[in-house]
This record gives sequence, C-alpha cells and structure tokens, in this order.
Amino acid sequence: MKRAILWTLWICIAVVGGIGIVERLISGHDLAGYTSYVPWGLWVATYIYFIGLSAGAFLLSSMVYVFKVRRLERIAKLSLFVAVITLVMALLTILFDIGHMERFFFVYIHPQFHSMMAWMVWLYTAYFLLLLGEMYFALRRDVVAAATDGGSGHRVVSFLARGRTKPLSTAEVERDDRALRVLGTIGVPLAIAFHGGVGALFGTVAARVVWHSPIYPILFLTGALVSGGALMTFVVAFLWPRRDRDWRELIVYLGRIVLGLVLLDVLLEWAEYSIPLWYGVGSEVEQLKNMLFGSYWYVFWIFHVAMGVIIPVYLLVRYRGPRVIGVASALVAASYLAVRLNLVIPGLVTPELKGLETAYLSDRLSYTYLPTLFEWQVVIGVAALGTALFYLGYRHLPLVRESGTGIGGIAS
Amino acid sequence: MGELQPEGATEPTQEVDESASRRDFIAKVGSAVFGGVVLAGIGLAQRGATDVLATGVASATDGPAPPFHIATQASEDVLIKMQRELSRALAKTMDQRRWGMVIDTRKCIGCSACTVGCVMENKLPPGVVYRPVLQTEVGTYPDVTRKFIPRPCMHCDNPPCVPVCPVGATGKRSDGIVYIDYDRCIGCRYCITACPYQARTFDFGGKWTDGAAGGSDGALALESGREYQDPPNFEYGESWTRPRDGVLAGTAPHSPIGNARKCHFCAHRLAEGMLPMCVSTCVGRATFFGDLNDPESLVSELAAGANATRLKEDMGTEPKVYYLA
Ligand code: SF4
Ligand code: SF4
Repeated sequence: MKRAILWTLWICIAVVGGIGIVERLISGHDLAGYTSYVPWGLWVATYIYFIGLSAGAFLLSSMVYVFKVRRLERIAKLSLFVAVITLVMALLTILFDIGHMERFFFVYIHPQFHSMMAWMVWLYTAYFLLLLGEMYFALRRDVVAAATDGGSGHRVVSFLARGRTKPLSTAEVERDDRALRVLGTIGVPLAIAFHGGVGALFGTVAARVVWHSPIYPILFLTGALVSGGALMTFVVAFLWPRRDRDWRELIVYLGRIVLGLVLLDVLLEWAEYSIPLWYGVGSEVEQLKNMLFGSYWYVFWIFHVAMGVIIPVYLLVRYRGPRVIGVASALVAASYLAVRLNLVIPGLVTPELKGLETAYLSDRLSYTYLPTLFEWQVVIGVAALGTALFYLGYRHLPLVRESGTGIGGIAS
Repeated sequence: MGELQPEGATEPTQEVDESASRRDFIAKVGSAVFGGVVLAGIGLAQRGATDVLATGVASATDGPAPPFHIATQASEDVLIKMQRELSRALAKTMDQRRWGMVIDTRKCIGCSACTVGCVMENKLPPGVVYRPVLQTEVGTYPDVTRKFIPRPCMHCDNPPCVPVCPVGATGKRSDGIVYIDYDRCIGCRYCITACPYQARTFDFGGKWTDGAAGGSDGALALESGREYQDPPNFEYGESWTRPRDGVLAGTAPHSPIGNARKCHFCAHRLAEGMLPMCVSTCVGRATFFGDLNDPESLVSELAAGANATRLKEDMGTEPKVYYLA
C-alpha cells in the first residue's frame, strides 16, 4: 500500500517534470520568468542547491575514508552514491539553464583561466571522475560478495563483478582502502575548492554589492555541509534497512552534527546580514531589506527561518527518536533551497542605474522575478530523475551492505 | 552643407560653440539631415560581408577605403565633422584608434530616437535593448527637472564583463570595442550579472510577431511584421536571421537567440565608414562619436572638458562613454 502510494507520487512528479523538460528542449527559455535584469533565477539557485548537497554528502563520506571516523563507516558508500546522484542533478539543471546547451563543451576546448565559471566546470568535472573512482573502490568488495550470494539486484552486481566469484583477499581490500584514502584526500580539497569556487563565482562579481563579499565562498561551504549532512541523515533515518541499536545511535550522532552545522550557519548568516544592514546606509541595504521585508519576505522567514532553523532546531534539541531526527533533517535539507534562492536573487533585484527600470519596457527587462510553473516543472523533472537513479542504485548496488572488512565496510 | 570634395585638410577645425550652433540651428538641421542621408546611402552601397570581430578588419589595408573626403564648412553640422574624423580614423590601423562616445545630457531631449534607431539597425527583438534612455525626475513641483541619460555599452577599457566569460566569447578589440562572439557564447549570462551598467541583455528568442496578430487584420499584421522581422541584421559584419521555430529551436537555438547581446558601437557600420546609428539618429545632436586617440577629434576635445564625467567612475571600469553635464 505504502509502496503503491510512493509509486503513484513518483509517476505524478515524473510526468509533470517530464513535460517541463520536453518544453525546455522545444521552446528554450521562452517560458522562463527570469529577465535580462534578473538573469539568474530558480535554475541557478537549484543548481547550487544540488551541488551543495553533493559536496556535503561527499565530505561526509570523506570523514570515513580520509579521517577514519568509524561511527560513520556504514553510511560512507551511500553518501558517495548520493554525492554522485546530486551532482548529476546539479549538472543537468545548469545545462538546462544555459542558452546554448549544444555548446557546453566549449568550456573545455576554449579554456579561460580567469573565469571563475570555467574553473567551476573543470573542478566539478574532476570531482565527478573522482567520485566514480571512489565508488569503484568502495563498492568492489561488496559487488563481488553480493554477486555470489544472490539477492536483490543480483543481475546488476553479477554484471559489475564481471564473472568474479572469489571474494576479495585482505590484500586486495587493503589496496582498495588505500586507493580510497588517496582519492578521498584529493577529493576533500577538491570539494572545498569547487564548492567554495561556486561561492567565489558570485563573490567575485564587483558589480553586485550583495554578492561581492568574502563571506560568500564560506557560506557556500557551510551550506553544503548543512544541507548535505541533513540529506544524508534523512536518507539513513528512513531508508536504512537494519533498524538496530547501532543505527539508532548513528542517527542521534548525525542529528547532533546537523544541529551543530545549522547553528554555525546561523552565525555566519548573522554576519552576512547584520554587517551591511546595521547602520542602514550603504549600497546593500536596499537589496537586503527587500529580501527580508519585501514581497518575498516569506522565502526567508517562513521557508528558511521557521522551517529550516527554528522547527528543526527545536526537534533536534528536544527529541532523540530516529524518525523525529529524520523529519527535522528533511526539513533542513529541503528548505535549504530557500537559502540558495536568497543567495542568488536579492543581489539582482534593484537597478544598477536609476531609471533603468522604466527606460525601456518589456517583460524581459523587469526587476521582479517569480519562478514560473515551467521553471518548477524542470526542477521537478530533474528531481524525479534523481530519485529514480537513487532508487535504482539503492535497489541494485550493495550500498547498504555491510561486508565487515576494511574501512569501507563496518569493522566492529 | 558638407561638400564632397578632396580634403583641403588645413581649414581650422570647427568648434562646437553653443551660441554659434544655436544661431545656425535651422541651417544645420537641414544640412545634416541631408548630409546624413547621403553618407548613409554611400556607406550602404559599400556594405560587404566583412567580419569585424577581434581579428577581422578593419585596418587601412583590408578595410574599405574611407568613402570620401569632406571639406570643412564654416557652419557645418557636427555630423559632417564627425564623418570626416571617422574617415581619418579609418585610415589608421585598427590598434591605433580608440573609439569613444560623448553624450551631452543638456542637449538630450529624451526622444529615444537613438534607442529606436538602434533597435531598427540591429533588428533587436522584444526585450533586447542596447541603448535605453534613462529618465529621472529631480526635485518637486514647481522646481522639477527631467534628466535623460542614454546608456549604451560603455566599452570599458577595463571591462568586468570580459574576464568572467567561461568560453572567451566576449572580449575587447584593439580599437577598444567590447564585442560578443555569437557563435561562441553559450548563454550562461554570467557577463550580464558582471556589467555594472546592465548594458547586456539576453536574447530569449522573442519575436515581434509573437501574439501580435488578431482580428480581421491579423494575417496582414503578421505578414507585415514578418517583413520587418525576417531580413537579417548585420552585427559584427555577419548576417544574422531569426528562423521561425524548428523542432529543437529550444535546444540549439539560432544565434543570437540564446546569447548575451549588447551595443557594439555599430562595429559593422564603422567598418563601412558609417557613424553608429544612434549618432546619426540623435535629434538633439547630443551624441558624439569618434577616435579618442585623435587629439583633434571632437570626442577628444569634449571628453577633456571639465564637465565631462563617466558613470560609476569609482569602479575602475574606465568607460569610453563620457557624459557632459
Ligand atoms: S558597459 Fe558593461 S557590457 Fe559594456 S564593456 Fe562595460 S562592463 Fe562590459
Ligand atoms: S553569456 Fe555568453 S558572452 Fe556572456 S559570459 Fe556567458 S558565454 Fe560569455
């Protein structure tokens, strides 16, 4: 019954989203609501949201592979996989956002070393390859084991094991662990660089006073940790197959981490807004006030402050139950899109020159922006695709299997 | 009026003198309109498919020869003078000239003839604009002034829009014009966010005929709309059309749809010896254009005046558009 409901839900969002994506391919940007004056909208915000989830989930896995935090061992593979899926979702979203999708590879064949955006693309390409490598070494032992003992997804793992039935020797497992450590060690600075780099992409733009702040890359990084950590907590709380005591403890532990990160994020946000706003003079004041008290005040106060901070913090402080922690984390993870929107849009909604707003009238020369249904559809379509990919992996790959050898499995 | 004869070269240059110009106003308007038409016509006749991007044209050798020499006249229109200066500048190599613009806000009457001229010249679709005229009101009744500030691309000498581009689709030519390569641009819109003057707009693919036709005259309206819309424009010396929707028009649109666009000082007209369209159509004779490297040029003189300012000077973008206030 529950399954049927979930399937129906998924089919609904897949259809709604699929239509959006097809429309995007046929009509381009025609149906999108952003303008030449607010040139980046929901898709860019969603992109940095997804990519933040990816970086966050990845850094969580690195806690195991690089920093050997034993308590997180059992979810390291799953975190890696979530990092791959959310990265794919991010790349798809930003692909749909550019005007000429067919030219995306120009970023590789016409390298521009001064462009933050070019760096971002190269870095996440490297990150993508690295993730695939880590997946290989992290899953190899379990793929082989799963291929021999059958069970769900048998055909997929057998294919991946390429006929190998002999379990990996200790030496092989150790070699894989070493490879994981090396890749993870490269991956940590890489993830910091590319996600900090996404923040720098905005922060380096001197023309946009709200963006042009050294705190932007830092905010992006803490954002990645908060949202990615919360997403993983939610996933483990609701999808982990073995609800034993270890699992319970793990959830409580993850809940603590999320709580700490949310509070750290609040501190940085306080710095971000209070400094430019305090005396009420300066060029950012109007834009920030607009964000806090303008017509889209609810994005900040309801979606972010209430749903993303107050309620989850209350739940996380008050309760120990895995489900409550899972729900609180889901709230943090989902509502983080509001934070991402507020990083992108408020910097764009006031004219750079007085009078521009009325100088030449057109829908595309407007300073007000509300994502259109079509834009949401595309995002929903990407989310549906991501969910499907995750489900396939979850079902067919030994992501939650605990092999009991090496740091990739649980070694208790 | 400006006579078409070999340049005598030694006559003293004509100053833009307020009182003198007022006295000769009528005569000048007449001469300039006529002169402008003649010059534009000659330029048009010479129009070829020259590529005027970074590496292309328009040095003295491979560009078209300056159309003709124009002798100075006692009370000639500034357009004639600028046309003569343009010929002089085009005789130099590309890297020896530095195009610049001066806009006299006291002369601007806020008619938007430059905006419209530009829209026509470059066949700008709805929502794309290169030179809007900002109108602001200062003071309260009865002491009110309306201020008009035409805002082309500033062709910054230190353009923040250029280094952000991830694919090198936008850059500064050796004559100072900041261009966009429509065949390279991926439409990421990063440069649009980076311009402090919001001089760049995105071509969403809108058409003037979109939803335009209705009622009994609908078909006719659509037809005449297309007559305007379908012929190409010639930005950067290439021919750009906007084909009607194909199946994958949204995935791989026909450039410049899906690209960032902005003012290019009419580089394609300059290459043919013509002044930018907004300069030609400026009713108030408020827009001056020429070679800032030429100390004798009108723009050099005006830009050096005490009343010359630039927008957002403090950003360090070094605009090549000056305003007289
Ligand atoms: S005005 Fe804007 S678009 Fe033009 S060169 Fe300067 S920064 Fe670039
Ligand atoms: S929109 Fe085009 S020109 Fe502008 S930064 Fe992106 S690729 Fe470069």
